[in-house]
Formats: sequence, structure tokens, C-alpha cells
Amino acid sequence: MKTIKTILQSPESLLGAWVTELEPAGWGSDGKFGGADWKHQAGEFLQALSSASRDGLPDLGSSDSREVRNFLETLSRSMAEKGASSSETATWVFSLKKPLFARLNAAITDDSRQLASETWAASELIDRLGLFTVSTFQKTREEIIRRQQEEMLELSTPVVKLWDGVLALPMIGTLDSARTQVVMESLLQRIVDTGSEIAIIDITGVPTVDTLVAQHLLKTVTAIRLMGADCIISGIRPQIAQTIVHLGIDLQGISTKATLADALTLALKRSGYTISSKAQAT
Amino acid sequence: MIERIPILRIGKFLLITIQVDMHDQLAMTLQDDLTVAIEKTGARGVLLDISTLDVVDSFIGRMISNISAVSSLLSAQTVVVGMQPAVAITLVELGLELPGVHTALNAERGMAMLRRELPEDEVDASRRQ
Repeated sequence: MKTIKTILQSPESLLGAWVTELEPAGWGSDGKFGGADWKHQAGEFLQALSSASRDGLPDLGSSDSREVRNFLETLSRSMAEKGASSSETATWVFSLKKPLFARLNAAITDDSRQLASETWAASELIDRLGLFTVSTFQKTREEIIRRQQEEMLELSTPVVKLWDGVLALPMIGTLDSARTQVVMESLLQRIVDTGSEIAIIDITGVPTVDTLVAQHLLKTVTAIRLMGADCIISGIRPQIAQTIVHLGIDLQGISTKATLADALTLALKRSGYTISSKAQAT
Repeated sequence: MIERIPILRIGKFLLITIQVDMHDQLAMTLQDDLTVAIEKTGARGVLLDISTLDVVDSFIGRMISNISAVSSLLSAQTVVVGMQPAVAITLVELGLELPGVHTALNAERGMAMLRRELPEDEVDASRRQ
């Protein structure tokens, strides 16, 4: 394993070969891959690798390789945030194989057994580095997805107060079980907090209504009724009204209105308010 | 000693406030006590306050429904008030939609609802007795 160590110990000479390997693959030309300082990054990585291999081949679990791990973590995280694919990220590490093998080939000319074993060790090392990068990349991507999901859930459930005792919930996006649960909970909690007697659920932003969505809506309406408040569903578009009838969904006993304005008018009427125009009154 | 939930009489209405953990025996006792109380007092309305109830099962859900049905047989109107969001969601998920049970947000509104539903003269007439 001596030869690999020696090669890794001189990162400057390896860097040149690696850069010429990376360049035709599109590295550096695209903003995704580290931009202008991509060469510098590659150098940094080799530097970290060389300091990790001071006492034998770098072992990713050891404390000597902390620098390598940190570097790969930062790299895959920034790649994930830039929207690169996992294979692109892994290729960056795997592309080190060719220059490394070439150097091994050049260094060991007489002993084919040694060459084979050193090549195998080098290949294993790079594979481990690559796998580590991919798994970190995956983790980062999952974190991003989870965060976005949470943000979407929060974004999609704003409960607004329209009038004293009238709450409105403009629903946007498809209703699934998880979202209905969040929507229902936040709406019911707001009803308790504000003591509102009427809640308007506006489904203008719900693209399609199928039996499942309708069932979720009915559940929410029933829960609101159980709490002692009234519910009006508004924003039923013509196509959705047709779908509801075609599906045979029974919305009897639930006040439905075409627009939020109609629903508000009904809510105000039920609360005992009347709206009049000044011009008409005089 | 049997644990009991007190049933308070306020005019022509009965007030039940559940402030302890409901268990099945307690629910059964309450149901019995209530029917007797309605019969004895001639109450026209029952206000069931469950605002401190934060855990329900299907049995308690059925009990609420039963109390309402039994009271209406004895010509008393039941209003369930102060149901917690979690309780409402649980009941809906259990499929207990409590049809025919009147609900209100809090005790004050529940009482107002009972007064509204009961014709004024009936309340007056009972007072004179």
C-alpha cells in the first residue's frame, strides 16, 4: 500500500491530472459545480486526503479523516442545494480513480501482483469516499424535502378572521389526510381561541374534488358542528359542483356558496348584521 | 360509595359539568341520574358542559348521543357545550357524528340557545307553578 500513500502524499501533482480529467466532463463550466473555485476545491480535497493518509490509508471512521469527512459533507450539501443529481456528485469523487490508477501504473512497473493489490486498495478507498458522499447527499436532500413539506403545510393553513365571530380558511392545493388533519386542528383551535360561531372553508384553490377530498371536507364540517360552530363551504367552481353531483356526494345539510363573498354575506346575516349602502339609504 | 357527577338545576334547565375523567360506570350512572332528575324537576333543557373532557372513546361518545336522545324523549332539549377540538376530531374519526345533538361553543351560548328554543310563555308558565 506504500505507493498509494506516496501518491496521496503529493496532492499537487495528482491535482493536475485530476483537473484535466474533470474539465472535459463539464466541471467548472456550469454554475452547479462549485463555480470558479472548483479547482481550488479539488485541491483542498486532495490536501485533506493527503493529511488523512499520513499513517496509512485513510479510514473514513477515524479521527484523522475528519477533514475529509467534513469536506465531503460540505460538498454534497452544497451540491444538493444547487440541485445537482446524486450521480453527478458521486462522479466527482469517482473521477479521481483514473488519475490515481494512472499514477499507480506509472509507479509500479515491475510487479504486477503489487499493482493489482494496490489498484484494488485504491479502488476500495475511492468507492468508500464515493458512497459516503452519496449517503450525505441523500440525507441533505431528504432534509430539504422534509423542510419544504413542513413549510407547505404551514403555508397552506392560514385561518383568517373575516369579521367578529367569522373565521375563514382559504384552502389551497390538494387535500390529503395529513393536510386535512392539520387544517382541521388549526381551524378548530382558532374557533376555540376566538369563540367564533361561523367558519367559512373556501375551496377555490382546491384543484379537484374526489370522494376522498369530499369525505375529508365532511369530517371537518362535522367536527366544527360538534364544537358548536357553523360551517359554510364556499368557492365551489362550476366543474367541481358538477363533479360532486356526478360522484353522488351528499352535501345536504351543509351550507354551500359559490363565492367567498356570498358566504360572508350569509355569515353576517346569521350573526344578525345587515349591510347597506350609504347611497341607497339616503 | 358510588362516584357521581352532580346535576344542578337552574330554573327550568339542568346543568351538568363533567370535571372528572369519564369512565364507563360513571357515564352509566350519569345517564340514570339525569333521566330521574328530568322526570322529577320537569326540566325543559339540559346543558352538558364537556369543556374539561379531553379524552373520549366510542362509549362516551355514545353516552353523549344517548343522553340527548333520552332527554328529548322526556321533552327536554340537550345542548352539548365546550367540546375540545381533539375530542371533536376523535368523535368524527370514530364515526360518531352525533346527529340531532345540539352543540354550542361555550356554556353561555348554550344557555342562550336553550332560552331561544324554549317558547317564552312555557318558561313563564312553569315559573308560576
